[in-house]
Amino acid sequence: MDDERPIFLQVAELIENQIIDGAMPEGAQVPSINELAAFHRINPATALKGITRLVDAGLLFKQRGIGMFVADGARSRLLDQRREAFSEQYVRPLVAEAAKLGIGSDELAAMIRRQAVPALAAQRWRTTDKEAGR
Amino acid sequence: MTAIVEVSDLTKRYGSLAAVDDVSFVVREHAITGLLGRNGAGKTTLMQLITGQEFVTSGTIRLFGQPPLENAAVLSRTCFIKESQTYPDGFKGEHVLRVASWVFPHWDGALARDLVAEFRVPLDRRMKKMSRGQASAIGVVVGLASRAELTIFDEPYAGLDAVARRAFYDRLLADYAEHPRTIVLSTHLIDEVADLLEHVLVIDEGRLIIDAAAEDLRGSATTVSGRQADVEQFARGRDVLQTDVVGAFASVTVTGLTPSERAAAAAAGLEVGPVSLQQLVIGRTRGTARQEVAS
Repeated sequence: MDDERPIFLQVAELIENQIIDGAMPEGAQVPSINELAAFHRINPATALKGITRLVDAGLLFKQRGIGMFVADGARSRLLDQRREAFSEQYVRPLVAEAAKLGIGSDELAAMIRRQAVPALAAQRWRTTDKEAGR
Repeated sequence: MTAIVEVSDLTKRYGSLAAVDDVSFVVREHAITGLLGRNGAGKTTLMQLITGQEFVTSGTIRLFGQPPLENAAVLSRTCFIKESQTYPDGFKGEHVLRVASWVFPHWDGALARDLVAEFRVPLDRRMKKMSRGQASAIGVVVGLASRAELTIFDEPYAGLDAVARRAFYDRLLADYAEHPRTIVLSTHLIDEVADLLEHVLVIDEGRLIIDAAAEDLRGSATTVSGRQADVEQFARGRDVLQTDVVGAFASVTVTGLTPSERAAAAAAGLEVGPVSLQQLVIGRTRGTARQEVAS
């Protein structure tokens, strides 16, 4: 947990990340509040707040007496949200730092392309791996 | 919201010294509240007043809605673990646990045995012969196994090493999750407990200077650093807790920045960083000490 953002947001984001990368597929059961509190060593009320946020957003649903599960369509909705936030969250600081170092936009674009090729290849490889059920 | 402890306009004087100076707050039911501050700030006095071990000079205290002084009905629902607990002569560890099992109505003997094994407490040793760490461990065992409706830990871990402290936090969280109850944790190891706390009280020179939800305190202060001239310009007119300068580089800790102000600072080429609860408390409590030296 970092010091900057509210812990409940970080708890919610970690679960969102697991939904996005497929570690928690739709219909999968999410750890209980007490399990999350113990794992992250945080106050259970904070863990509850993080989970409640995801339930309120319709990403998780509660089954009384059983637990919390990933809702249908959660992954695609999260992807849409994250794509929207991507420019603000990642591209803007990248461009600002590049400007500070005197890196022009063409040079920056070339750098991104050089980094992107191996990263995307690795991503594709991982996805086919997963699909093959290994 | 049910208040387990209600303190109103509380003052405790020792001669001319106000150890607790006009303090008001509530401790909410089923929350873990941190009572933080420097040594000698008045934390222990405050907890002794709450548990009826001291007479107030003025103001009122309600424990479960009643005055605590010589009030067995509310004190039996309270477990107060203090750093330097004294025991009768000849008392061994096992005697401490036996007495605790009589005193606390929700005592869990199985949990106590489990904790004794985890903390490696030598039950057949006299309390006087125990190391500081072993005596602290007994306190931790009693505090957790008592399952009291209100449990107050006053610096519970003198002499406990990092492994044992981690075990204490984990067991506290696990048992609190299973059996929610009201916990007050007084400590100067703020970084270690910050994420466990739901509410934070900070006392300094007898006065309550912070009374806030832990979540609200996160992000309430920000470190801004960069070229000294830029940083000084940015900090002008703001509430500055701390300033550090090295060469032409400066760093300030300021409170109350809005997200747009943070973004503006970042856009102006300044480095914007988080401030931990511990740094915040240090900033707030050192300021007063400095003023006193200056006056």
